[in-house]
Amino acid sequence: MRFPPVALPAGAEALRAEVRAFLAEAGAHWGPEVAARSWMGFDRDFSRAVGARGWIGMVWPRAYGGHERSALERAIVIEEMLAAGAPVAAHWIGDRQSGPLLLRLGTEAQKRRLLPGIARGEIAFCIGLSEPDAGSDLAALRTRAERVPGGWRLNGRKIWTSFAHLSDWMIALVRTSPAPEGGPRHAGLSQFLIDLRLSGIGIRPIADLLGEEGFNEVTFDNVLLPEDALLGAEGQGWAQATAELAFERSGPDRILSSFPALALAMDSLARVPGAEAPVGRLIARLATLRRMSFAVAAMLERGQAPAQEAALIKEAGNAFEQALPEAIRDLLEPEAMPPPLRRLMTDLSLLAPSFSLRGGTREILRGIIARELGLR
Amino acid sequence: MSDLLVEPLARLLAAEAGPGVLAGIGRGDWPAGLWRQVQALGLPLALVAEEAGGAGLSWAEVVALWQELGRHGAPVPLGEAMLAQALLAAAGLPAPEGMLALGQCAAAWGRMASHLLRWENGRLALHAAGGWEAGANAAGEPRDDLTPAALLAEGPLPEAWAGEAPELALALLRAAQLTGAAEAALALAVDWANTRHQFGRPIGRFQAVQHMLAQLAAEVALAQAAVAGAAQAADARGLAGAAFEIACAKVMAGEAGREAAARSHQVLGAIGMTAEHGLHHLTRRLLAWREEGGSERLWAARIGRAALERGGARLWADLTARDVT
Repeated sequence: MRFPPVALPAGAEALRAEVRAFLAEAGAHWGPEVAARSWMGFDRDFSRAVGARGWIGMVWPRAYGGHERSALERAIVIEEMLAAGAPVAAHWIGDRQSGPLLLRLGTEAQKRRLLPGIARGEIAFCIGLSEPDAGSDLAALRTRAERVPGGWRLNGRKIWTSFAHLSDWMIALVRTSPAPEGGPRHAGLSQFLIDLRLSGIGIRPIADLLGEEGFNEVTFDNVLLPEDALLGAEGQGWAQATAELAFERSGPDRILSSFPALALAMDSLARVPGAEAPVGRLIARLATLRRMSFAVAAMLERGQAPAQEAALIKEAGNAFEQALPEAIRDLLEPEAMPPPLRRLMTDLSLLAPSFSLRGGTREILRGIIARELGLR
Repeated sequence: MSDLLVEPLARLLAAEAGPGVLAGIGRGDWPAGLWRQVQALGLPLALVAEEAGGAGLSWAEVVALWQELGRHGAPVPLGEAMLAQALLAAAGLPAPEGMLALGQCAAAWGRMASHLLRWENGRLALHAAGGWEAGANAAGEPRDDLTPAALLAEGPLPEAWAGEAPELALALLRAAQLTGAAEAALALAVDWANTRHQFGRPIGRFQAVQHMLAQLAAEVALAQAAVAGAAQAADARGLAGAAFEIACAKVMAGEAGREAAARSHQVLGAIGMTAEHGLHHLTRRLLAWREEGGSERLWAARIGRAALERGGARLWADLTARDVT
């Protein structure tokens, strides 16, 4: 079986209660526009407060500012945050991806310099993958780092980098040697830790569907990176970058993006004849997706790399996140919705197309699932 | 324990339950030999406690058997027999010789039963079977109405089987069978996509086909997770305490069944429609089992009604309060 049921650790209830009490206070002034953005809401003060509670880097060793708690406890905290629509973006990438990657591959010095700050909610990370000519076909990327005395010289550009304009560091995948003639194109790629304050870096925000500056074009013009900017092994960037995808694709953030709309709509839906079955279908699917996500958290905890399972969750979870606002629209006339719900629904519907793009497009994920099925 | 039973059941069904047997069931041919072998394995007593001579399996173990049964089109009413034996044992009634029908209306293979069980208001009654009127579900599986004859024994059901517990168990049975049948339909479609050539290559090389089946794989995985979760909840809290999870399982398994039928036929083309092909029988059962034990619509409405009554502010807390710790 792929998603064996998990029993949550003792103390799960108490932890939830603690997070809820914190969110009730921290989120007292959040309007529907905050809930709609969920993990696309960037709020450094909030992230620092979350860090102060010990809820960033929860599973990391104490030596690096972590809290040595379990992956399931972490899953509980992050799903509480998302269900409440908390603006977690300023620590989200660091907690979910960059931190675990540093922990696994970073040098002692890299870990000591960055992990405690991430865990305090003070250092924000972004991920430099896509380029103008390399989207789903990531191995086509052209940004290059060349060895120079004392370090590396970086040239090229990244695009669609979420929150680059607000972040402190980027982990970028770039080419360090040409792909071998006739060989695999993902050879010769490496990952770098890039301090976004270095000279030669240009960051230009790009307006998204909401008309906001969520993502960016980042240009590197002869940026000199120090020797220790290399993360992990030279030439191993592809394997390193894809190994982190199981962390990125299976979490509650692939399931709960639209949940605040359902919670807010319930009281209006209660007056709609025939709403019971469609609402029940949404809840049944949500409850099941949560189970699967917890099962994957338990696999990660056991040191497994459930990449296929994560792809399945992201495929089904993104479809659910996109179907949810449409199901509500089928039952409630938008113009008759209470204003906060209408606002949330509008923003959510404009964010929804991104759900099946971010973190790997639906089409790439379906290809991964198909290969696992044995289609060839 | 369950692996010791799943393996022989899988072997037995693989050997004895092909499209020919399933087609025969639609004509009312009782697979007597298969039933004898199922009995010889002790499978009908899977849910009966070990000290009472059963296998004492948990719900988690039993749904694995039911899924295996579903993978092969459930040619014998083994799930119903397990539940009937569990009810009898729970009420402390003697197990009769011969076949036992679970309920009076639309009983699976009721025509073969020498006895029948009725339950009402927390009491279980064992009757001799009187006459029967033939019926069938959407797959042509016999579902007969029985006339109860002499009352042979009667007694109270314990808390675990009171109220709607038998109906919940039936819904879980159909959800598990649906999940198994959906898995089997997916496997047939993948196999066909890899062997059927068009335009000079296996059709499974076409991205359109790959993506259609990837979506089905996700639906099947959801059904598996929902059924396993329902069994886990039933083991932790009893059937009545797992009503929400069982409802979710029947909804998700039904939706997976819907997608399995639609998508696997799209891949197999005309060949999958023929009675000689296993998919024909799986599809008919997917439809029938979605309807039996309460449809997706029925269980979803129940979930939705309860949640709407509780209101949006409680939705998340109610959902997480059901996690097994």
